[in-house]
Amino acid sequence: MDQKLVERIKNNPKYQELITKRSSFAIKLAVFMLVVYYSFILTIAFNKEVFANTIGDSIITIAIPIGATIIVLAFITTVIYVIRANGEFEDLEMSIKNDVKDIL
Amino acid sequence: MLRIATLLGLSSLALLAEDGSGVNINAVIMFFVFIAGTMGITKWAASKTKSASDFYTAGGGITGFQNGLAIAGDYISAASFLGISGMIYLQGYDGIIYAIGFLVGWPIILFLMAERLRNLGKFNFTDIAAYRLDEQKIRILAAFGSLTVVTFYLIAQMVGAGKLIEVLFHIPYGWAVALVGALMIIYVTFGGMLATTWVQIIKACLILAGVTFIALMVMAHSGFSLTALVTEATSLHKSGVDILKPGPFVSDPVSAISLGLALMLGTAGLPHILMRFFTVGNAKEARKSVVYATGFIGYFYLLIGIVGLGSIVFLNSDIGKELYLSAEGSVIGGVNMVAVHLSQAVGGDIFLGFIAAVSFATILAVVSGLTLAASNSIAHDLYAIVIRKGNITDAEEMKVSKRTVLVIGFIAVLLGFAFENMNVAFMVGLAFAIAASANFPILILSIYWKKLTTRGAFIGGFVGLITAITLVVLSKTIWVDIFHFEKAIFPYVHPALFSVTAAFVAIWFFSITDKSARAEEDKAGFEAQNIRAQTGIGAEGAVSH
Repeated sequence: MDQKLVERIKNNPKYQELITKRSSFAIKLAVFMLVVYYSFILTIAFNKEVFANTIGDSIITIAIPIGATIIVLAFITTVIYVIRANGEFEDLEMSIKNDVKDIL
Repeated sequence: MLRIATLLGLSSLALLAEDGSGVNINAVIMFFVFIAGTMGITKWAASKTKSASDFYTAGGGITGFQNGLAIAGDYISAASFLGISGMIYLQGYDGIIYAIGFLVGWPIILFLMAERLRNLGKFNFTDIAAYRLDEQKIRILAAFGSLTVVTFYLIAQMVGAGKLIEVLFHIPYGWAVALVGALMIIYVTFGGMLATTWVQIIKACLILAGVTFIALMVMAHSGFSLTALVTEATSLHKSGVDILKPGPFVSDPVSAISLGLALMLGTAGLPHILMRFFTVGNAKEARKSVVYATGFIGYFYLLIGIVGLGSIVFLNSDIGKELYLSAEGSVIGGVNMVAVHLSQAVGGDIFLGFIAAVSFATILAVVSGLTLAASNSIAHDLYAIVIRKGNITDAEEMKVSKRTVLVIGFIAVLLGFAFENMNVAFMVGLAFAIAASANFPILILSIYWKKLTTRGAFIGGFVGLITAITLVVLSKTIWVDIFHFEKAIFPYVHPALFSVTAAFVAIWFFSITDKSARAEEDKAGFEAQNIRAQTGIGAEGAVSH
């Protein structure tokens, strides 16, 4: 990629908008998943007896629904990201490409 | 050529199968059908595989949905299906901890890496790190990282395959492993990534259907009440209600955190998985494939919990004990076989045949993907770029690739033989630890950290790799269980916490102290790299035929 193209894209406000919006969105979701997962792992590491508590009178421990919830959350967050990335962010990308197509 | 190989493979299988007693005829038939079908695909794929791009990435013509299924296929390996259900059978909830760890790597890959991988790379993840750093050095480093990860992963798969065939067909373990090696060499050398991907897709569909059926039958047995199933399982298991909470696998905080780190970051450093991002046409499809993959894998792991509980219930029932357990109460064929036994218990001989064939297919497909990743490292990174400095034709490179596949096939068979008695899911855990320490830090820092230099990446990458391997060798797994020393030198079984940290610290230190001219060049390249990573401008489009 030549320097002229780099400058053109870098100075395009849409490029700035794309990277700011997408990065902050991706980081928020990543942090959310990391917090969820490491809360789980750290609980197992330091106080796994918490997960031995049962739900009401049943013998099922809370560890079981918590595990299932993490799996479901992992899926939901990927869906949320891709809907926005393949819609809004993809449109921005296309329009940036359109703006610089004369020198591509 | 293909046909002869098929005939040879099948007839020797049939001959060997007839020797044993109690051979499952249904399983043999299912095997024939599957192998014949996949050989057909391989033949078709061979006719479409002309360039190196076709061979490594199926020409970039796979859709997001197909790729999602193929990724799920790579992921729902024998280690996941046989190993995790075996872990749940033995230890209960601890198996679930592995399943969750394997899954949560996916969202992180998607948010931080998927589109950048797709936009920057061509054949493998090494392309990303090599984008602005000194290509020669980075290729050497990444090839070592990839090959080590692939080796550990291959061991797990070969062991799983060998055990499975040994139990079902009464073929000696060594023969079984050799058969897997031979078939995998045929798929990869003739069909390349296209055949590997389609074998993977078919297998993913079959295994998802199979697990759904097992789970439904287990739930039907308990009147579709999870409480009833759990109650019965705890009453039959020697650990009782303890199987419903985190148990002995994660005995201390350091091991728990270390395992968690390895499982999550390891996903983002597995060469055969990262390779899949280059089989799709663009970043949009790459993102979609992650959604599908996460969905399929998540669904599978939710069901595997039921499969694990079901195996406790069915294998420990009066009939189950007689059929599937030895006099001392251990599982016939080893604990990795519980899901296979359960399939017979819930679905009879025909379904056992189906699951056996699918499990076998699973292993074949995954070892094919691994072999392709390894041959990519050796033929593309080491031979074509480092040794020949890129002065090589496509045809020459593919010839080297295919020869490499042959060699890797032989090595895989030998390793499968040497590590016969490993728990396969655990072995995969080690592969993840090495991927997390050697590949992930380089990859993520080359994408995000402007100040990364060639020197930092090269030294730090090797520090991560060597630390991880050394700690694994010095831990109980190898030092005591394989070498039979009395006491492990490294007290924890999971090295990732230490080796990942060592890698990051070393990369950081040797980058910021790097004052060479090369370092200036490395940093100067970041801006252009970032624009391409973010927008895909300048990236190679899909090369579809």
